[in-house]
Amino acid sequence: MDVLKTTLSNGLSILLKEIHTTPIISHWLWVRVGSRDEPDGLTGASHWVEHMQFKGTEQFPAGQLDKDISRDGGFWNAMTYIDWTAYFETMPAEKIDLGLRLEADRLVNSNFESDEVASERTVIISERQGHENNPVFRLDEDVQEAAFDQHPYKHEVIGRMRDLESMSRDDLFNHYKHFYAPNNAILAMAGDFDSEKMLERIRELYGDIPAGPAPQRVAQPEPLPESERRVVTQGPGETVFIKAAYRALDARDADFFALSVADSLLAGPSNLNIFSGGLSNKTSRLYQSLVEKELAVGVSGGLQATIDPFLYDITIVMHPERKAEEVIAALDGEIARLQDSPPKPEELARAVKQSQALFAYGSESITNQAFWLGFAEIFDEYAWFENYLQRLAEVTPDDVQRAAQRYLSPQTRVLGVYQPNGKAEAA
Amino acid sequence: MSAARKSSSIPGSDDITRVELANGIVVLARHNPNSLAVTLRGYLQAGSLFDPDDKLGLADFTADALMHGTAKRNFQEIYNALESIGASFGFNSGTHTTSFGGKALAEDLPLLLDILNEGLRTPSFPAEQVKKLRAQLLTGLALRAQDTRDMAAMVFDELVYREHPYSRPDDGTVETIGAILSDDLADFHRQVYGPRGMVIAVAGGIPAEQAVEQVRAALEDWANPEQAAPPELPAWQPLEERVSKRHVIPGMSQSDLVVGTAGPSRLSPDFMAANLGNSVLGRFGLMGRIGDAVREKAGLAYYAYSGLGGGLGPGAWDVAAGVNPANEQKATELIFQEITRFTSELVSEEELSDSQSNFIGSMPLSLESNGGVADAMLNMERYGLGLDYYREYPARIRAVTREQVLEAAARYLQPDKLAVAIAGPPLEP
Repeated sequence: MDVLKTTLSNGLSILLKEIHTTPIISHWLWVRVGSRDEPDGLTGASHWVEHMQFKGTEQFPAGQLDKDISRDGGFWNAMTYIDWTAYFETMPAEKIDLGLRLEADRLVNSNFESDEVASERTVIISERQGHENNPVFRLDEDVQEAAFDQHPYKHEVIGRMRDLESMSRDDLFNHYKHFYAPNNAILAMAGDFDSEKMLERIRELYGDIPAGPAPQRVAQPEPLPESERRVVTQGPGETVFIKAAYRALDARDADFFALSVADSLLAGPSNLNIFSGGLSNKTSRLYQSLVEKELAVGVSGGLQATIDPFLYDITIVMHPERKAEEVIAALDGEIARLQDSPPKPEELARAVKQSQALFAYGSESITNQAFWLGFAEIFDEYAWFENYLQRLAEVTPDDVQRAAQRYLSPQTRVLGVYQPNGKAEAA
Repeated sequence: MSAARKSSSIPGSDDITRVELANGIVVLARHNPNSLAVTLRGYLQAGSLFDPDDKLGLADFTADALMHGTAKRNFQEIYNALESIGASFGFNSGTHTTSFGGKALAEDLPLLLDILNEGLRTPSFPAEQVKKLRAQLLTGLALRAQDTRDMAAMVFDELVYREHPYSRPDDGTVETIGAILSDDLADFHRQVYGPRGMVIAVAGGIPAEQAVEQVRAALEDWANPEQAAPPELPAWQPLEERVSKRHVIPGMSQSDLVVGTAGPSRLSPDFMAANLGNSVLGRFGLMGRIGDAVREKAGLAYYAYSGLGGGLGPGAWDVAAGVNPANEQKATELIFQEITRFTSELVSEEELSDSQSNFIGSMPLSLESNGGVADAMLNMERYGLGLDYYREYPARIRAVTREQVLEAAARYLQPDKLAVAIAGPPLEP
């Protein structure tokens, strides 16, 4: 199905995809701001600004906008990631205008009242404390900090506690004003509408909003680490977790698809859909060599499509009777096997088939289809998504071997171990 | 523009095929001509109600083990068949039933049915696989012991349900899981698994008649003369006073709390009034009155909402929140204030009407995917709602009055007879 793609004179990017199978529309507004835009001292600002976007404008006061959407049966939410912040409403088709008006308004008119900032500070600290209860969050945070020297990818999206305690209302408002402008946003819609008429309505709502200055970005490319870094995170519990995080590549890199296939072979296919479940990974190489051999009770891998090179990570839940060093040796053995000999063509064919199936499942949801329209634009353009399966199918066994050699070297990784207090050091 | 056919209609008796096979299995199917994929879901009467007290987690362990080896395929071959075509499938046990589900490209439905059939009828419970699975389950329990949310929910069930089977954890304990052997799984399977009371739903890119015939070919000849009838659910004894318990997990940053008691079953005539009331209390908008009081106004929690379990028995009606340990008491007081107001005053006309509109408006969104349609068909069958339930849904929702909401609220959530369960770090003196 064709996508109407255009840009308004104020710089707002628009992508519209008609899908007439069901009377539903999903409307997304993406802002090109995430934790990669946060200097030290302001970590967590993008996520906090996202929270403040629910605290009201003149037209949609706090406590009103959520009711208005919910009353119409809408499914709506917002999310902040390292590269982006996104807001969406999926609603019965005839009701979607409310979502359009709301997003056009809060793109530039949010209040940021001081008392609302104060009460949201404790909410966000509570959100962070909830994360801290999870050992994998604690390990992730330490591994990420070690993985970059300067790049803001080094901190978690939620932000560091000291910054959440000290950031001011003006810090947040300035962050909002700096990044929230039509020329830094993407409006993406999929569903049961007429594109020309919808475009007309979008022009009415956004046409008068002036473009802002081009945002300044703090993120700078960072050289690869020169040697492996190791971190140990201590905390409560009995279970040991291991995380290997390799410096990966950005989503536009020609090798992205080869590394995706390597991930699929090692740890099962990463599911890039966010509104549709993934597949099991029990026949993947790492499951076979770690879980089936009783070194671990679970393993997963994750490669994400990002603007700058982020991390390819492998997370292992250790078997209670094993030592961390044995598990790490087995992990390294599997990676070396992929580096030493190219995979069989049938393994590649299987990775492609798995991705085809994931695409078919993802297309059941209008919300997921609208998600892709905007998400792909953040790091490349929508054609990236449209060509995904084709480019995956073009990957050769030699490409996978080369990607494994280039990106899965121990020198470019952080190896983290979550070591529960009171449990003897396994290594 | 493509010639996609609009499937705007809500599922109903004219587009759902419902067939009862000779052995008692009920099959429900609905065709979605726009989908390349298919979802298969269902359940059978093999839940944790059958677990002996010294083998809690037996139903769950059995369900998990079904795909670790059958008479025809070993673990490797089962997952190779599924994963090599991008399909997924699994079994999972609950309190009343064991459910199963998976998805595949539509042409691969026969494979999903083969895996279902083999898992249900010829699991082999190989000792080596059972040992691996036990280690995985025990690690899961070790993680549960460190999870404030899970532990608060467990403490809540113990406080509210005491001698009732709902007080028992479906996934067992370290002691009981450690004691379950391969033979226990085989015995449980032989005594409990059977076609009587089983329901299968298929939704997606396959004509309904074809789906039914494929299910028939796979499963109509299954019989188990030994299949036990599900144990009868004993009556629940209401709490007579407010009870509370705090479970300490050292090293945590946040506490989780649950306040509530048992609510109506899904079959109860006042379920819909309770459900709409629950929306006002802790769901609508940014989580209803509870979200407004605890999160939006007081800034005490990232999450605060209420839930109504429903289900075949007296599932919980509770309010949950995650708070800084220093704020446990303050949050609990706010929650009690809201529950007291909710059980003593009518909700406003606007509040009820907002929640009614939300229920009606959001229903089509829940039916967008094949999984959503399969769940809706199972829901209608499980609770005997009739195949036109979703068509009649708006009228049923609109018929609920404010008085009915208050009556249901006051009947179940008496503020002086609630349980308060908290899991968090040691409190500072």
